[in-house]
Amino acid sequence: MILTALVAMVRKDLTLFLADRRALVMAFAAPIAIASFFGSIFPGPGASREPARVAIHLVDQDGGAIATAIVAAVKADRNFKVTTSAAAPARAAVRRGASAVAVIIPPGFGEAAGRALFAGRERPQLELLYDPSRASELAMVRGVLTEHVMQAVTRAVFSPSSGRAFVDGALQRIDGAGLSPQDARALRELLTSVQRFYDRPSAAAAPSPGFSMPYNVREEAVTARTGAVYNGYAHSFAGMGVQFLFFAAIDLGIGVLLERQRGLWKRLRSAPVSRFLLLAGKAGSGTVISLATLLVSFGFAMLVFGVRIHGSVVGFFAVALACALMSSTFGLLIAALGNTPGTTRGLAILAVLLMVMLGGAWVPTFIFPAWLQQLTVVVPARWAVDGLDAMTWRGLGFGAALAPAGVLLGFAALFGALALVRFRWEEA
Amino acid sequence: MSATPTHATLEGRGLRKRYGSLVAVDGVSLALEPGRVLGLLGPNGAGKTTTVAMLAGLVAPDAGDVLVGGRRLAGDADPAKGRIGLVPQDLALYEELSARDNLRFFGALYGLTGAALDAAIAAVLTLVGLADRARDRVSKYSGGMKRRLNLAAGLLHDPDVVLLDEPTVGVDPQSRNAIFDNLEHLKRRGKALLYTTHYMEEAERLADRVVIIDHGRVIADDTPAGLSRAHGAISLEKVFLALTGRSLRDA
Repeated sequence: MILTALVAMVRKDLTLFLADRRALVMAFAAPIAIASFFGSIFPGPGASREPARVAIHLVDQDGGAIATAIVAAVKADRNFKVTTSAAAPARAAVRRGASAVAVIIPPGFGEAAGRALFAGRERPQLELLYDPSRASELAMVRGVLTEHVMQAVTRAVFSPSSGRAFVDGALQRIDGAGLSPQDARALRELLTSVQRFYDRPSAAAAPSPGFSMPYNVREEAVTARTGAVYNGYAHSFAGMGVQFLFFAAIDLGIGVLLERQRGLWKRLRSAPVSRFLLLAGKAGSGTVISLATLLVSFGFAMLVFGVRIHGSVVGFFAVALACALMSSTFGLLIAALGNTPGTTRGLAILAVLLMVMLGGAWVPTFIFPAWLQQLTVVVPARWAVDGLDAMTWRGLGFGAALAPAGVLLGFAALFGALALVRFRWEEA
Repeated sequence: MSATPTHATLEGRGLRKRYGSLVAVDGVSLALEPGRVLGLLGPNGAGKTTTVAMLAGLVAPDAGDVLVGGRRLAGDADPAKGRIGLVPQDLALYEELSARDNLRFFGALYGLTGAALDAAIAAVLTLVGLADRARDRVSKYSGGMKRRLNLAAGLLHDPDVVLLDEPTVGVDPQSRNAIFDNLEHLKRRGKALLYTTHYMEEAERLADRVVIIDHGRVIADDTPAGLSRAHGAISLEKVFLALTGRSLRDA
């Protein structure tokens, strides 16, 4: 009889779920659509496509050779979309958000930079006007600009045509530079050597390339295995899948409250079935719906976006099942703590959005402050996303599924126990 | 607890229930006997619904006992609850499901399966005149049809006792008459019925005995004729107003 009642409760809820077209759309189409969108935005470094260029304004108030070289180099850089203008329109563009950064090369910058290369004093200033809401782009502009400025300045300084004047000037300023006699003598010998370098016969034929980055970088995305390309859709479907599991949990909780409001719970409670069985039936149907949601979403991602389970398939199903069980018991907890469907829905949505945000479903948790990253270990969504990531694109083995699946089952037990204790059982 | 031998199928003894400072039910005792209808009357907030809830096992009494066939009801999963059928005041039905699917679900909660369940569904739908609409969604039913299906759901597992909490609220005279016919049929079959209502003429027509409660206490317990004689009134409504007063009850 117990099994008959349990199966009937699960079957009834599934029938109701399938009869509600809006619920079906929310459960299946919505996570697929949103995860596809996020996946297309964050495809990962493996995707061979043109990066989004940072829009900047460049203001050349100097007009000299070095400044011209800087402008040319920045314009040629594939990271930037450069607009040259005067200072006022550049500032206005940053203010209205059209440009992330405006770089202003002031008058005399090239000359001063060349002198400062040897003297180390009276360094000229590059002015960077930036949009405070795009600070990460400022850091990128600053880094790339450093390379271009150094290359332009050193090319000019070490080219005979323009460099000789810098060296001559530096030689003249040695005596007034306040150096010790030994240091002054050493610097004079160095600069004299540079002059001899300029005078060599081949100097005119091969101009200096200037300083460049003294190293190259070999980058390797560490994924499931060598040659397996990171697929950003794997993470976005994990994140959005988990988010919509929680939305399904809200529906489950609100559904129970609506059943109570409509008097159905009286009929259920009048039958000879235990409290545990009533909640188990709800948890069972919720788990089936949640698991189906997750599997359909990942199935779509596999078929359309080439997402693969590079790790343990058994581990993937273990994590997915634990996720589904956790979300359905969370739905029971919502029903246990909720009062009316209306007020409960608002609070539940807020709680779910906080959880999925802290769980890294929207943005990676590494951008959070350190204390917040520590805090997210108590958020089940983080374990769910980490577990699914581990089994898909990270390609880890079954052992790596044990911790997230175990923690999620722990959350499920906690939520279920709390629901059993806090549920308003009396119907009058 | 040892129970006193009784003919009652369902009995409440000294039932008491408090919600915070409000005593909803205070020492109510009543017995339901086979083939008899007990009318439970009272103004709004008198304690009728709480009494029915305790008898149905929805609410645990703070004091007193509920006995089924002379044996104390023991917990939510007590099989003895299968001898009780509840017809709540609310239309406790899944509107998105057909009548048949509703009944399949409710029957399964009582352990009915297979051919036995199909037969039970056919019997109750025939009884309430909905056999030809069995596959329709409940959302397409009229108010009267829903009421009849609500009754059918409470009868599906062939209980010995049926607790009816205002089963005719909001229905047309035809459906009400059909429900009365159903209840009289059940009475003839030896079912014990508890009928709560605000309609005195319903109680006069159906009840063999009437219990009137107010402020959680039993203030009258007799046959309709006995109550009329005792209070010198020509109708049950006059008796009711004489006992409970004419002030409005909005609780």
